[in-house]
Amino acid sequence: MNKPLKQHLIDPEICIRCYTCEMTCPVEAIVHNDDNVVVDASKCNFCMDCIPVCPTGSIDEWRVVAEPYPVDEQFGWDELPDQEDLGGSEADTGLEALDEDMAALLAEAHAGAGGKAKPPLSAAKPTVNLYTLGKPAVAKVTGIVPLTKDPGHDVRHIILDFAGQTMPVLEGQSIGIIPPGHDAEGRPLLPRLYSVSSPRDGERPNYNNLSLTVKREKGGVCSNYLCDLKVGDTVQVTGPFGATFLLPDDPEARLLMVCTGTGSAPMRGFTMRRQRTVGGRSGGMVMFFGARTPDALPYFGPLKKVPAALLEQHLVYSRATEAKEYVQDRMMAEEERVAELLADPKTHVYVCGLRGMEQGVEQAFVSIAESIGQPWGALKDAMREEGRYHVETY
Amino acid sequence: MLDLINVSYDTQIPNNVGLSSDKKVLKALERWHPGYINWWNDLIPQNFQESMVYLRTAVSVDPKGWAKFDYVKMPEYRWGVLLAPQVEDRRIPMGEHAGELAWQEVPGEYRNMLKRLIVIQGDTEPGSVEQQRFLGLTAPSLYDMRNLFQVNVEEGRHLWAMVYLLFKYFGKDGREEADDLLRRSSGSEEAPRMLGAFNEETPDWLSFFMFTYFTDRDGKMQLESLAQSGFDPLSRTCRFMLTEEAHHMFVGETGVGRTIQATLDAMNKAGITDPYDINKIREMGVIDLPTIQKKLNLHYTLSLDLFGQEVSTNAANAFNSGIKGRYMETRIDDDHRLQGDTYVVRTVKNGLIVAEDVPALTAINMRLRDDYVRDAAGGVGRWNKLIEKSGIDFRLTLPHEAFHRQIGVFAAIKADPEGNIISDDEWEKRRDEWLPSKADGDFITSLMKPCFEPGKFASWIAAPKVGIDNKPGDFEYVKLHMA
Repeated sequence: MNKPLKQHLIDPEICIRCYTCEMTCPVEAIVHNDDNVVVDASKCNFCMDCIPVCPTGSIDEWRVVAEPYPVDEQFGWDELPDQEDLGGSEADTGLEALDEDMAALLAEAHAGAGGKAKPPLSAAKPTVNLYTLGKPAVAKVTGIVPLTKDPGHDVRHIILDFAGQTMPVLEGQSIGIIPPGHDAEGRPLLPRLYSVSSPRDGERPNYNNLSLTVKREKGGVCSNYLCDLKVGDTVQVTGPFGATFLLPDDPEARLLMVCTGTGSAPMRGFTMRRQRTVGGRSGGMVMFFGARTPDALPYFGPLKKVPAALLEQHLVYSRATEAKEYVQDRMMAEEERVAELLADPKTHVYVCGLRGMEQGVEQAFVSIAESIGQPWGALKDAMREEGRYHVETY
Repeated sequence: MLDLINVSYDTQIPNNVGLSSDKKVLKALERWHPGYINWWNDLIPQNFQESMVYLRTAVSVDPKGWAKFDYVKMPEYRWGVLLAPQVEDRRIPMGEHAGELAWQEVPGEYRNMLKRLIVIQGDTEPGSVEQQRFLGLTAPSLYDMRNLFQVNVEEGRHLWAMVYLLFKYFGKDGREEADDLLRRSSGSEEAPRMLGAFNEETPDWLSFFMFTYFTDRDGKMQLESLAQSGFDPLSRTCRFMLTEEAHHMFVGETGVGRTIQATLDAMNKAGITDPYDINKIREMGVIDLPTIQKKLNLHYTLSLDLFGQEVSTNAANAFNSGIKGRYMETRIDDDHRLQGDTYVVRTVKNGLIVAEDVPALTAINMRLRDDYVRDAAGGVGRWNKLIEKSGIDFRLTLPHEAFHRQIGVFAAIKADPEGNIISDDEWEKRRDEWLPSKADGDFITSLMKPCFEPGKFASWIAAPKVGIDNKPGDFEYVKLHMA
């Protein structure tokens, strides 16, 4: 079998045949007959110019296909075909990103979930790949503040403003940052992915901005570039990316979030989204958040102001006292709480942080699931299939 | 509130025409702008003016820059002056100047013709906002209210676009015409809007949807033909307006579609299969399909009248002089001059409707109308698919072009929707079978109860399949100002 392709389609049930996309397409990939407006897969170069101009929302449809649907077949459709199950790896057959490099990075980050990731059923529809390496968005830094007091653990909260550019990003999605400079062969450096830490309506409501949570890594090209930015600097951005690690819109959904360090970024976006929409009237959120010390825990101050009815917090430190405590230790200590959540079909689990945390957290889940008579492997598979189990580690 | 004394035209009026450095246009706009804001403020009920509406604003002509969504108060909407990017070496596509470089300035001999076309186009834009001014009060949902206001502010922007052309290219009489665009008013006794259809009131939401489907589609076709103009600034203006016009088509097509869907759902739920069981269907708070057909008949025929006389020397002159082209002129495979060509036009001869060949040049209006009919038929087909899917035996149809006409050759006769010529007596007798009667109107009006709870819809209309800007179903599209 050939490598599967990502194909752009238009939903014939929603499209009103105004042909605005056809007029906008710079490569004449969009054509119509008397029935349908369709995209010619052999011409579409994923430039995304047609996405914002559509008045209906019918245009942003994608399928991963072994062979692209030909134009003539699409002309005869009354409705879109379902996504076929092609098997294969997430990088090849997922729709987290359209360009291969980004898709591969996200597939690697999601590998810990143990299978192909699915979005929560009630999640909003994400937009992916609006901006690319060849056509990036340009954002302006409007704020950059240190989040930690630990000099060996420098984490920054960076606010990027997109001014007039569309940047529809959902909580849990990532954006790519293009670091300045070139590789040894003179090519521009590939973007690095960062989880957005603000909610969809902006770091400040209804401002076209978003925030990132970035830790300075020794020798890290992009993290040092970002942490050294000044207010007023501009940054080249690609994305958004990610179509599964998303917040359910259902306010009754319960969230169990396990994170370390900057893995808290998407959790912050989730929390702020709920705070701005449903607040304490939601199904609730429980967070296990690990850091070395309180000084090294991003958002330590602001977290204290979040009410327990919205977010139950378990802040865990591995270097604060003699006794080292990791997130999995606290999960075990709160075994009954976690077990009750795992047993509830409304619970969605999110794990995000350094890859090293995966094993410990997995073991805690194994042991807690067993205590309620559920083999973790089967439970995890079922939850993942229902879009209720998400891992993003790096 | 917009500061009218210190308008920074480059930040508050998104534009790509170098507004702040164009002293002449700037001076004219500064004089006109307060009158425009007054017109807007007097128009729409006050509590809506102060509500936060989730609107799309065009901030640039780049595909990624013209659909910027945000909450805004309508009087603070940023009405921009945006022209599609200039195409280098663009040539006049049709008429006796075909192949010559497009004009960047108004050619003297066509000055009056051009001005008149711009004024007529400009006059329809505020006209439709005036017709729809009270609809917000009976909106069937916040989603629909938002769509109404989006249509309204964009019609307002289209007025700006035409006024900019008048200021930039037509000197003193351009300025006078721009003032008159604010002086005339829909339905007014002393200074009505220029075209008949824009003086009819829009009494209810189904009329609004039919209007945006049929009448705005005429607007779209007119813009399409002006987008072909040899006068490049007009062409570029219209090309950009067309991207917005698509939203209006969307509101019309989905609005009528959702009205039909609510009826089908209610009928199926109650087990009613006969679409003509009108009383029973109406008791459920939905609009029966035969009445929807009557509304369609009315709005479709009013819109056909907007295309003017079937055979017209004015239209021939506009085409021949390179001012106004045909629909998708550049994609038509002919000589684009039409000197020896003919075109088939239907007319009335000896009491019969017959087809005859006329010189293609004089049939430009007819040709545009035929393209319009084809375009309008597409959506009707999609509505019929909804009906088919529900299993109810009914089909909506476009009536014959001779039915219920006030302008053109068919105005002289009476015909039924199939195009059979009938007597005046029979027409009077059967009129209410084909067009909405007063009782039909009263029934529809009785359903027009506001529904302002996020995510909820009035009984007679179904929820949309997709939210605006991908928003979830219960999104608060309008944050109502409660005074």
